[in-house]
Amino acid sequence: MVVESGFSSPRNDAFPAGLRVLVVDDDPTWLKILEKMLKKCSYEVTTCCLAREALNLLRERKDGYDIVISDVNMPDMNGFKLLEHVGLEMDLPVIMMSVDGETSRVMKGVQHGACDYLLKPIRMKELRNIWQHVFRKKIHEVRDIESLEGIESIQITRTGSDLFDDGHLVGGEDTTSVRKRKDAENKHDDKDLSDPSSTKKARVVWTVDLHQKFVKAVNQIGFDKVGPKKILDLMNVPWLTRENVASHLQKYRLYLSRLQKESDSKNSFIGMKHSDPPSKDSAASFGLHNSMNVIQDDVSNDTSCFSVNNLLAQNVDLKGHEGNRKGTTSVPVSEHKGALPVDIPDPHAAKSLEISFDHSLGSVDSGINFASFNSTNAAQNSWSEIPEIQFKQECESLLENGFNQLPLPGSQHHMRTEYLQPAASISSGPSITEKVASSSRIGVKPLYDGYRRNHVKHLSPTEAVELFPVQSKNQTLNNQVFEPISVTTSSMKCQDVSLNCLTDLEFGQRNLNGGVGIPLASLTGDLQVCWLQGDCYAMNFGPQDFECTEYNDPAEIPFHLYDAPRFDHEHLSDSTEYSAIDQGLFA
Amino acid sequence: MERNPMGRQLAIMRQSLFDQGYLDEQFIQLEELQDDANPNFVEEVVTLYYRDSARLILNIEQALERKPFDFNKLDDYMHQFKGSSSSIGAKKVKAESTLFREYCKSGNGEGCTRTFQQLKKEYATLRKKLEAYFQMARQAGPMETACRPK
Repeated sequence: MVVESGFSSPRNDAFPAGLRVLVVDDDPTWLKILEKMLKKCSYEVTTCCLAREALNLLRERKDGYDIVISDVNMPDMNGFKLLEHVGLEMDLPVIMMSVDGETSRVMKGVQHGACDYLLKPIRMKELRNIWQHVFRKKIHEVRDIESLEGIESIQITRTGSDLFDDGHLVGGEDTTSVRKRKDAENKHDDKDLSDPSSTKKARVVWTVDLHQKFVKAVNQIGFDKVGPKKILDLMNVPWLTRENVASHLQKYRLYLSRLQKESDSKNSFIGMKHSDPPSKDSAASFGLHNSMNVIQDDVSNDTSCFSVNNLLAQNVDLKGHEGNRKGTTSVPVSEHKGALPVDIPDPHAAKSLEISFDHSLGSVDSGINFASFNSTNAAQNSWSEIPEIQFKQECESLLENGFNQLPLPGSQHHMRTEYLQPAASISSGPSITEKVASSSRIGVKPLYDGYRRNHVKHLSPTEAVELFPVQSKNQTLNNQVFEPISVTTSSMKCQDVSLNCLTDLEFGQRNLNGGVGIPLASLTGDLQVCWLQGDCYAMNFGPQDFECTEYNDPAEIPFHLYDAPRFDHEHLSDSTEYSAIDQGLFA
Repeated sequence: MERNPMGRQLAIMRQSLFDQGYLDEQFIQLEELQDDANPNFVEEVVTLYYRDSARLILNIEQALERKPFDFNKLDDYMHQFKGSSSSIGAKKVKAESTLFREYCKSGNGEGCTRTFQQLKKEYATLRKKLEAYFQMARQAGPMETACRPK
């Protein structure tokens, strides 16, 4: 579904070809030359010679451009001012150009948020590389979202150490999480810094609560009709400014659109993120014992999902899970493919999981761990089978749930898919189930595979196991996180699903690849991980499971968003239902 | 290009523009951009440059007539002009622009006036040479359009 009105997919897998560039320069000669150069790079070029005109174009078509190149000296508006506007309103990477290469000018450009400063005369080879800025921003955005989500789900993701500290979900081992946390924080800061407007203002910390208010407001208004003012009014947060909301809305939109795009093009991208799942981390974080193995295949992905699920599970499946989990726990261990307790994906990988997962779900950590478990367990090959997309979907859904909480669409997904797959058995959380379901459905392989593979290698049974336990600890935290996740899970009917998941863990395992040892049971009761839900759901459950009756907090989570990725799942019958639900909720 | 005497002549003409410092690397960049979709790209760009820069030259001239000199404004104009000149690789013209801006920064009105005269001369010379070059290119035939010897 189109996340945002006016959103046009810039490019497909041929990235960076088709990159949509907006060139602003009052010099017609340069405008002509740049246009030709960019066209030769296979980019989609739009030119304009006035800054105001450029802003109009950008405002008209939000998400209609990927990058802006602007001259510093323009008659109607200072190039730096334009830079600020673009950064604040559209959050696009902006490259400055000038014939003047004085250090002070360049510094000013960078201070105002330019991601690069080119000196005229510009060579074509310099333009060829501008896509890196778009790419980098994407990564950072994902991390930002994660950090945002992390804030909310702090407790959840942290493997057990100080997840909560900065609210960043850091999956995987402590080091990883700490790192992630720091990264998330930095990202957050960096983002602020890069946005000229934000540097001047006190940084707003978008806590889970705040974000939920935001999402609630957005949903009330109707996603297509939102505007910062309306949202601000509805949110009724006195200290919040319209600008804060505007920039957050922008991020949110980008996040959603990224989710949208993730499924198709992000695979590779995401894979990158998770390439090296930190086995350590995952294991540690979850502490899932053998049961985690089940998830191993998808560990990297799943972990994130898992954690997410956990979070969700908590909210949703409080009742159901308990029972299920127990049931599941027993299952997984034995089910594990290689009796790999929990292959904790490479710390690196786990981290990646975390990244996506955490951020979005806040429980990334847990999710990642879980994923690691999965990944390790399942043979690498099994992973490939697991539809990565599902995972992605899961992740996405999670993301949608809490915008913050959901793992990054791209990376997240991968995590999830993996996670989900084996996760069938794991009913870690509602979200997970969903994820599983979606991941299996979508089959976002590319990323997932890569991701999983990484995880597999690194995951060690013990680690995997750890992942799980961590979740438990975070449960309390997760609960919060779950809320948003529950949205996704709701579709999954976490509670019910989890139950199913649990019972179907084995089933899932069989189906999935190796199933994920359902560590859920082992997970502390609180964790109502509906992880399985997603997976189980895909496998055993029909549409019915999908309806997340348990969903507690639909308001916050943009269902439709969450659902969007799921649509891809062929066999997810309920996806339709889900989407319907989402639609309704969202609208 | 060597087979055709006209082509050879064109090549010689082109090379001398570089050797004598009238044009720099940027001109070659333009040549490389020329393709089937834009077979006269270089000439179009040069034409656009001369049309647009004429306006800037006029602005500077008018500013130089107002005493005392508004060096900031002069510097601004020249900044624009320099940027424009860099687009086609007008090397000598660019050098004069840089000099002019330095005089502006140091508030040397006499230096500005002097440099500007020199700049206009170079600007005019380059224009004549390029016009002759493009004319020759057209005569030499489509195969002989300025393109970097492979």
